[in-house]
Amino acid sequence: MGSHPVEPVAGSGAAVDFTEVQQTEQFRELRKRHRSFVFPMAVFFLLWYFAYVLLADYAHDFMATPVVGNINIGIILGLLQFATTFIITMWYVSYANRRLDPIAAELRHELEEAAPEAFIDPAGGTK
Amino acid sequence: MTTIGSAALRVPLQTAEATSVGSPVLNISIFGAFVAITLVIVLRASRNNKTAADYYAAGRSFTGGQNGTAIAGDYLSAASFLGIVGAIAINGYDGFLYSIGFLVAWLVALLLVAELLRNTGKFTMADVLSFRLKQRPVRIAAAITTLAVCFFYLLAQMAGAGGLVSLLLGINDRLGQSLVITVVGVLMIMYVLIGGMKGTTWVQIIKACLLIAGAFIMTIWVLALHGFNLSTLLGAAIETSGNAAITSPGLQYGVSAITRLDFLSLALALVLGTAALPHVLMRFYTVPTAKEARRSVVWAIWLIGAFYLFTLVLGYGASALIGADRITAAPGGVNSAAPLLAYELGGSILLGLISAVAFATILAVVAGLTITAAASFAHDIYASVIRKGKVNPDGEVKVARRTVIVIGLLSIAGGIGAQGQNVAFLVALAFAVAASANLPTILYSLFWKRFNTQGAVWSMYGGLGSAILLIALSPVVSGGEKSMITGADFSVFPLSNPGIVSIPLAFLLGWLGTVLSRTAEDPMKQAEMEVRSLTGVGAEKATDH
Repeated sequence: MGSHPVEPVAGSGAAVDFTEVQQTEQFRELRKRHRSFVFPMAVFFLLWYFAYVLLADYAHDFMATPVVGNINIGIILGLLQFATTFIITMWYVSYANRRLDPIAAELRHELEEAAPEAFIDPAGGTK
Repeated sequence: MTTIGSAALRVPLQTAEATSVGSPVLNISIFGAFVAITLVIVLRASRNNKTAADYYAAGRSFTGGQNGTAIAGDYLSAASFLGIVGAIAINGYDGFLYSIGFLVAWLVALLLVAELLRNTGKFTMADVLSFRLKQRPVRIAAAITTLAVCFFYLLAQMAGAGGLVSLLLGINDRLGQSLVITVVGVLMIMYVLIGGMKGTTWVQIIKACLLIAGAFIMTIWVLALHGFNLSTLLGAAIETSGNAAITSPGLQYGVSAITRLDFLSLALALVLGTAALPHVLMRFYTVPTAKEARRSVVWAIWLIGAFYLFTLVLGYGASALIGADRITAAPGGVNSAAPLLAYELGGSILLGLISAVAFATILAVVAGLTITAAASFAHDIYASVIRKGKVNPDGEVKVARRTVIVIGLLSIAGGIGAQGQNVAFLVALAFAVAASANLPTILYSLFWKRFNTQGAVWSMYGGLGSAILLIALSPVVSGGEKSMITGADFSVFPLSNPGIVSIPLAFLLGWLGTVLSRTAEDPMKQAEMEVRSLTGVGAEKATDH
């Protein structure tokens, strides 16, 4: 690579008008799909996590209510935090595979074909 | 019941010796074997360390599964293993709350940070933050926050190493512990110097497998003793402790309004800190694509989640089989719950294995932190700021290697100085500093078009400064029974975790700095960053050897 360790990619951006790409229908669709999934999901899990934290912090009696044997609501809600984390993870992966990756790959190939010289890997890809 | 009976009989014996349980010679031999095996692997892995991408990012050649395991290795520090098991054993449910925060936090990394970061950066967090803003000020600020977080985290691990040996190796005096900290530090310098990111990653992968396997075996063992029934286990824990409250929240944090607020502050720092830890972020550069970065997080979430479920069983298991009184009386205090449980279950051999794993944990986490700090100094400060980019990658790697030695020596000195400090506190502090100093700028620069240099600089310095200032003015440093400085009292701020104030403040400063700035950033750069982050166009690929 050259003498610009700062630049993410040598000669980046020179041959491609990224503002134009940013305005294309395809890219806007990709951005919309990404944000319309990750933002609501982030809001949801943060609200659910803090609801749980507030209950654990201020509603001790409620959390201590027994359900089965020595297992109480607190233990169940805590384990549910694990469950929702695993579920959201799998959900996101399946969404990204179906709805994000194909369109991102398509855009990437188009851009790399249109201006290959702008995207030559400077660090080691040419080795 | 016989177990509890015989355990009670063994108490006087142990407090009389008051130094160690099991056989120190066996503990040292197992640990020595781990060091020997990993050193060979590090040496083999280092053969291909040629370029900067090799040294910092392991040639971007790891798979998602490998990297995810290494992330788990990086994340599950001795503080999580010994600290959480101990916290559950002593404080019951309140210890469990830690593990939930540590796990849920990964969703921030998965949904908002990992892939976009992999697509836009190269080696360090500063690569991403300075992508579309003014290089110099943003890079310096990001490097300073990186070094600050790594430093606190390093101190915690090194202090933990000192405490661990007092229990496991029977080394009780300060000099002996300092010697062990020095040995850990020198080993870590060797790993990082020789192996670079590739060697460090392999150490973390091996360590993660050992740790999770060890915890899994102990979990099955504890469950088997209680008929594979969680309710029975909880019942046994209640019986030994004589306190039904250990299965519900409040024992530790429910004491007063201040402790409740403190817990809220901690919860905020835990959930927002993970995705801003520089050594975790740097791991995403070791994989070839964003898709592999996503896979890494998924692996990490499964492994870390499973591990924290194990700690729940182990914590209550220690509570039931050993009892809080015996744990707090042991030389390592709260941290000794997991080793004592291992001894109770499998005698000297299992204790030796678990102790070796705990040591390996410290070693691996310290190595990961050191390479992150060294990369940040060499890449962000030396190459980009001091030499203004006029340095070849070989020169940069040379500087990084020298930095490793300096950081290694500093952390040995700091670790010796921090002996006896509360390990969990230092880790929570690192999380709070990371969440305040880094997270707002990471999110704003990825998702807010208008965000600019002034906003970034205000947010990073404001977050870092306020977090550290509030800690300095908290009861952790002065005024309390367990404070660092016992002679004076300048604890104006009542909470021991600053997150609830410093994190919102850093978000606010980022917004305020942006709207008050008159200089707009280059819209081309913003467009480029957004397109790159989502499509991965032009992102660096794996180097093949």
